[in-house]
Amino acid sequence: MKALMEVQGLTKRYGGFTALDNVTLSLSDDAPSMTAVAGESGSGKTTLARMMLGFIEPTQGAVLYGGKDVAKMSASEKRQFRREVQPVFQDPFEVFNPFYRIDHVLTTPVKRYRLADTDAKAQSLIEDALKRVGLRPQDTLGRFPHELSGGQRQRVMVARAVLLRPRLIVADEPVSMVDASLRATILDELRTLNRDLGISIVYITHDLTTAFQICDNIVVLYRGTVAEAGAVERVIGDPKHPYSQLLVSSIPLPDLDKVWGADEIPVTEANAARLNNGCQFAPRCPSVMEQCWRAPPPKFVPDTQRLATCFLYDGSAVAPDDDVASVFRPPETARLG
Amino acid sequence: MSAPKEVDPVLEVTNLNVHYDTGHGPAKAVNDVSISLKPGERLGLIGESGSGKTTMATALMRLTRPPGRIASGSVMLDGKDIMAMSARELRETRLRDIALIPQGAMSSLNPVMRLEEQIIDAIVAHTSGMKRAALNARVEELLTNVGLAAEVARRFPHELSGGMKQRAAMAIATSLSPKVIVADEPTSALDVVVQRQVMQTLGRLQDGLGAAVVLIGHDMGLVAQFADRVGVMYAGKIVEIGPVRQMIEAPRHPYTRLLVDSLPGIKVKQALIGIPGLPPPLVNLPPGCSFSPRCPFAFERCKNEVPQPQEVGDRQQAACHLYPEHSALPPMPVGPNDTEAQP
Ligand SMILES: Nc1ncnc2c1ncn2[C@@H]1O[C@H](COP(=O)(O)OP(=O)(O)OP(=O)(O)O)[C@@H](O)[C@H]1O
Ligand SMILES: Nc1ncnc2c1ncn2[C@@H]1O[C@H](COP(=O)(O)OP(=O)(O)OP(=O)(O)O)[C@@H](O)[C@H]1O
Ligand code: SF4
Ligand SMILES: [Mg+2]
Ligand SMILES: [Mg+2]
Repeated sequence: MKALMEVQGLTKRYGGFTALDNVTLSLSDDAPSMTAVAGESGSGKTTLARMMLGFIEPTQGAVLYGGKDVAKMSASEKRQFRREVQPVFQDPFEVFNPFYRIDHVLTTPVKRYRLADTDAKAQSLIEDALKRVGLRPQDTLGRFPHELSGGQRQRVMVARAVLLRPRLIVADEPVSMVDASLRATILDELRTLNRDLGISIVYITHDLTTAFQICDNIVVLYRGTVAEAGAVERVIGDPKHPYSQLLVSSIPLPDLDKVWGADEIPVTEANAARLNNGCQFAPRCPSVMEQCWRAPPPKFVPDTQRLATCFLYDGSAVAPDDDVASVFRPPETARLG
Repeated sequence: MSAPKEVDPVLEVTNLNVHYDTGHGPAKAVNDVSISLKPGERLGLIGESGSGKTTMATALMRLTRPPGRIASGSVMLDGKDIMAMSARELRETRLRDIALIPQGAMSSLNPVMRLEEQIIDAIVAHTSGMKRAALNARVEELLTNVGLAAEVARRFPHELSGGMKQRAAMAIATSLSPKVIVADEPTSALDVVVQRQVMQTLGRLQDGLGAAVVLIGHDMGLVAQFADRVGVMYAGKIVEIGPVRQMIEAPRHPYTRLLVDSLPGIKVKQALIGIPGLPPPLVNLPPGCSFSPRCPFAFERCKNEVPQPQEVGDRQQAACHLYPEHSALPPMPVGPNDTEAQP
């Protein structure tokens, strides 16, 4: 497999605090994929995203793009990387300068990357990008950020990413602020970009329902470590790790036959000290065993197309490779439209 | 569970209208809403962003601020008319009889005050003569009720996680044992496990107090986990209300159906379907049914005549011209409704 991006043994520490611990994940270049990264608040999702985007440097490990270490790229390589790997962030308020019209966010990249040699070409590029995300150019351009709804601003950010025809979009909670109807619309657009323009997408979220609907594979992080990873049908459809089980059973489904029980869930705080040894989930785990406190569990492969870092699956094969993508299923390029 | 029918409602809202004055005329953010709530009942109120949920919650407390104003209607709380209260009565009523956990409550905590001072402030504003020791004991009790350790009282808001802050806001809201709790999207910014913890906390608090709860949310997911009855808001109106199971399994209003369907499950992969089109501008509502420009069933009458709420099932009302002609919502017409392109 040729890799578009390789995340190799990535670790990020802030002082003595490990935000992300030795994560290895490669994104295939063979077919455009959609990969979800999920986990509770503070589990390290944004930390991982920021390293994939080259915004912060890893404490250990490396991010390779097209085989090159992002931290060691030359200025021109970095420039190409910046164009081909685009971020879409959670909070569309922060990105927009309230004093500039919406146009500014779109004309800036056109100029910076010299995407068009005439104003007319620039305009048609921008209009095309807006239409792709379901915005009417005439209703959007010329407006100020506060004159658009949160969902519309979020789509402008997707349009900005599309403009550059990136290879990879890293979307960090792109729809967490919009309601279900609009969320469905925006995510459907992301999936269309993935299929029609061949853009790979890393979708960071704590919404497992939409991850299930649009992604091929998912990585579930718990306190900086990979708890479970693999095909969404496996990990969300039939979770094996006690943390993913807790996560899936907590999805507020509009299904009265799946109402949450009254049992209290042990609370932990995202910022509490990480364990030095053993499984990070051990303090909360309903199935915790003696050995869970002694050493971190290896990546077991209890069936196919997924791995679970949990001693409950001791006896299963151990993943042959550190790369969690080694158990991923191929992207469904011919998925139902 | 819904209380028996003969019990008097603890909250009765009749023909409530709340407008925002804008340069183009009044925006009718709450448009002729009537609801009634029994003691101990759990009512969910859902609808898209901008449908008027927060405006409604704020008006129930008579906390509407300009450019908003309560144009007409009454809100009876335990037999007393909130609209007729003096400023002093109103201050006493809030928190003691009806409490609001505001949208974004986490960020409404005062960042430079320790939690205990904020809770004590809320208590002493309504009760006099409590000794410091009694106050401290009460703070500890309130925090325990929401699942927070007593030592959390000494912390500042920035030292708490989102879920802890949300629960602290709940502790403040319930400090005087209100009869009605209005919770405006209490879990929107939290991850699912913490959401579940917060909702379980709210449920426990409510059981302890015997209070009625109005839970506001965006979609059917969370509300289904909690409510006995669900009301659906669209463009300032409650377009359908009924027992939660009927609302999910047999909604009568086309908008309720589309709202339920926009929330995908985790059993089968399906196309993600948003509701095509946008809600109408509130200053310039379409004549007839406000949903008619987006409704796949709209016919001539919908464009001319405002539908009134009518019985469409057991304790279920919907404002839709498909009834009483139909006995159930007809199957959705095939193919998306693309008369109205997504702007
Ligand atoms: N600059 C920093 N300095 C110190 N600690 C940090 C810094 N950035 C992140 N952290 C810590 O690292 C951990 C992981 O943070 P991260 O933002 O990656 O979590 P997340 O999974 O994105 O959470 P959320 O769902 O809340 O966005 C958190 O405990 C956070 O407090
Ligand atoms: N101060 C204001 N001036 C003018 N219009 C306002 C004002 N506040 C709210 N509105 C309008 O009133 C309508 C209802 O707003 P409200 O905040 O009640 O919606 P909501 O249902 O709570 O939405 P959300 O789910 O996004 O919180 C919206 O169309 C909004 O734009
Ligand atoms: S390894 Fe042990 S503690 Fe960790 S999740 Fe599995 S059973 Fe629980
Ligand atoms: Mg984050
Ligand atoms: Mg609101």
